[in-house]
Amino acid sequence: MERFRRIIQLLSAFFANSRLFVTPSNPIYRGPLKHVCFPGLNCYSCPASPWACPLGALQNVLSNFKANLSAGKFNIGFYIIGSLGIIGSLIGRMPCGWFCPFGLLQDLLFKVRLPKLEFWRPLSFGRYVALFGLVIILPMFWLDRFGFGQTWFCKYICPAGTLEAGLPLLAMVPELRSMVGTLFFSKLTILLLFIVWSMVTLRPFCRAICPLGLIFGFFNRFSWLRLKFNRDTCVDCYACELVCPTGVYFATGKDDINSTKCIRCFRCYSLCPGGAVTIEFSSIMKGRYEGIEGSDCNQEQRQA
Amino acid sequence: MKSKIPRFIFYFFCLLTLLGIILGEPQGVFKKAVALCLSCIGIG
Repeated sequence: MERFRRIIQLLSAFFANSRLFVTPSNPIYRGPLKHVCFPGLNCYSCPASPWACPLGALQNVLSNFKANLSAGKFNIGFYIIGSLGIIGSLIGRMPCGWFCPFGLLQDLLFKVRLPKLEFWRPLSFGRYVALFGLVIILPMFWLDRFGFGQTWFCKYICPAGTLEAGLPLLAMVPELRSMVGTLFFSKLTILLLFIVWSMVTLRPFCRAICPLGLIFGFFNRFSWLRLKFNRDTCVDCYACELVCPTGVYFATGKDDINSTKCIRCFRCYSLCPGGAVTIEFSSIMKGRYEGIEGSDCNQEQRQA
Repeated sequence: MKSKIPRFIFYFFCLLTLLGIILGEPQGVFKKAVALCLSCIGIG
């Protein structure tokens, strides 16, 4: 399963950045695919990206909310929220584990042979600050005198933007180099911090900051695809907790197996010797449960 | 009731997406996504 996931991650990273012929005179793709948000952190100012970034698009819509409202347009990002919700309601936070290029980068960086550090769990509240503070509240309510907000998360934090767009554009377009200032160096420092941190801790950005992961994570408990932990068949080996990349400690009861932190990598499902972790599907068309391997719902269906 | 939650959520977000498309939001996403965002990449 892990090798299959890595292949999907690599294919997805290529798919997300599949614009191969980039020229300095035309650094940004301007075709029809830019209407569609890619379900992962992938900057839309990246020269190789043919897709839009859902977080960047959402902040742009919210930062223009008041101005649009004054012009008689109620635009709050139904399309962006809706498309994220469709993916979330089907597979929860699975895009983080399988499709996100920045997630893949962190997975690969963790393979560097260095002493490893535990993630300090209270830092995961940073995701809420990033989502509600930097993506929603500040862009919507911290407005200039013309009624426009800023894309706070993209502008001041997003390391994916610095890596995928800032650095390649500086390399490609010499005119941009004269515009580099404090903001760029502060963002570069954030990127370097996360690169180093990713070498010693698994998925630090996903666990501490990522607002997109939190949005998908909200769906984990309600999505069509879910995980189920059966305490009765657990052999208390805690292998699931050792291999979990985001520290979801469900065997010891600290977390729910469908916590917002779970990125659906299915390592726990693959490794569980007692088969205590199962994958469940709730049928969207029929509205009933169907599970893989002896889940309670399957037993109920069999009894019926 | 529990089993109906995902179906309801899925259809709700399908409707939300449809509403966004009717309101012309994909065009707005497109306009922002094709412009080089200097502040977003930390240059401007």
